[in-house]
Amino acid sequence: MGRAEEARTLGKPLSGYTERSVYVKAERATRQSKTPEAGSSATPLADMMGIITPSALHYERHHAGVPTIDPEQHRLTVHGMVERPLVLTMAEIQRMPSVSRIAFLECGGNSGGEWGALTGPTAQRACGLASCSEWTGVPLRLVLEECGLKPGAAWLIAEGADACRMQRSVPVEAALGEALLAYGQNGEPLRPSQGFPLRLLTPGWEGNLQVKWLRRLLVTDQPYMTRDETSKYSDLMPDGKARIFTLMMEAKSVVTFPSGGQRLPGRGLYELTGLAWSGQGLIERVEVTLDGGRSWQAAVLQEPRLPKAFTRFRLAWQWDGKPAVIASRAVDETGYVQPGKEELIAARGLNSGYHFNGIKLWKVAADGSVANADA
Amino acid sequence: MRTLSVALVFALGLCAQTSRYGVGRVPGAEEIRGLGPTVAPDGTGLPEGSATAVEGRELFAQKCAKCHGEKAEGDVGPALVGGQGTLATPKPRKTVGSFWPHAPVVWDYVHRAMPFNQPGVLSHREVYAVVAYVLFLNGIIGEKDVMDAKSLGKVRMPNRDGFVPDPRPDVKSK
Repeated sequence: MGRAEEARTLGKPLSGYTERSVYVKAERATRQSKTPEAGSSATPLADMMGIITPSALHYERHHAGVPTIDPEQHRLTVHGMVERPLVLTMAEIQRMPSVSRIAFLECGGNSGGEWGALTGPTAQRACGLASCSEWTGVPLRLVLEECGLKPGAAWLIAEGADACRMQRSVPVEAALGEALLAYGQNGEPLRPSQGFPLRLLTPGWEGNLQVKWLRRLLVTDQPYMTRDETSKYSDLMPDGKARIFTLMMEAKSVVTFPSGGQRLPGRGLYELTGLAWSGQGLIERVEVTLDGGRSWQAAVLQEPRLPKAFTRFRLAWQWDGKPAVIASRAVDETGYVQPGKEELIAARGLNSGYHFNGIKLWKVAADGSVANADA
Repeated sequence: MRTLSVALVFALGLCAQTSRYGVGRVPGAEEIRGLGPTVAPDGTGLPEGSATAVEGRELFAQKCAKCHGEKAEGDVGPALVGGQGTLATPKPRKTVGSFWPHAPVVWDYVHRAMPFNQPGVLSHREVYAVVAYVLFLNGIIGEKDVMDAKSLGKVRMPNRDGFVPDPRPDVKSK
């Protein structure tokens, strides 16, 4: 007879809602602020697997806090240049034909710090105002058909139900194309921080346009030049003019392993990996450099590749223990090549602030520590 | 693209003569007004009310100065004055006076989003007053100029022509 094993204790019982393992700690990153209701929190990109961002880790950008909205009470009002203005309940919106699609969402101000001399020390700090979800909703086109756009209707003025009544002007082309009135995210209703119960989704365009807690669409013949499309989210050029309605997010990528803040335990074989995305459609290829940009090789792209969604890339890497400078660059289906920081600055100067999509360099030291290349 | 979208809009206009899904109901004018004003850059949509910078001075001290500074020079909240002539320099200062292109949009933003911790607390007249005061501090209007739905749309902002369309792709990759 063998010796009795130590008695094992039972695990936790069934439950109605599952928390993640106590050993999993990844969190969004925020900054100290006197106004924590207005600011952003960044997705821990280096902790992500595959292409879907867990809803609880989707980046946030709020301008007046996250409202608590009873979906029974919520209404969307469409009015202005329409044949028939409409007030819709959530139940009515959810009665209409729905679609689900995977799409990335990126803040127009993501990587804003990368324009300067001191760049983000981690993938999260450098690029974390980008996330990717499966979204479910009604094509906005169907609701506009139901209302009937009048001739000359060219813009939608979208308004949120947050305290600041966030307002942006959306070109009607977007609404007639891929735009959704989204109420679902990753298999469940939107999280409050993502606009519960209803948000606008315009895949490939900057996050701020995709108004959360959507309560009103005013149909007009002109943009309303709102505060958040003139004073903010516009790109100031060296000549003092600011580009406006720079809505599409150009192709971008970042290596998430190895990336800043991590440490390689020793020489040997690793799987380098990262994320790429483009507001113009599919990622066609991703190239990786291991020598600071002198040479580039193609990474393997994980299928399925989806337009305007995160694409995961991988590359087997035999690290020889010597210092290395690594980076990725994305090429999208239009042939657009993700530029270097110097090329961006040459074209736009140092004052534009938004829409930085430059190549992000990491340096691996001989001791295996990884940092941003300018650290 | 423009031709295409105009054609699509026209087509939608035609097919929308009848409701397809029969969802929703038609709101009354009063119900739409209840959602609050929407303001076009030329001032269309501005509500009734009027005020001058003189009336705005004390209100600004009470409701705005805590975050924006006594003279709107900026504190926790951004500066609202100054910066004219800095946009093309290495240290641009973007303020209402130097950057915002349309005065009615200042009214719209203050009305919908300010004060930060209590948006909606100001009456329409009070919004005219603080907007007049901020425009006055920027040297754009006189202290006794009456701002209302008509006059605010006629205010010429210094950076009125400072915005240009998106020219991207604009970056040459190596």
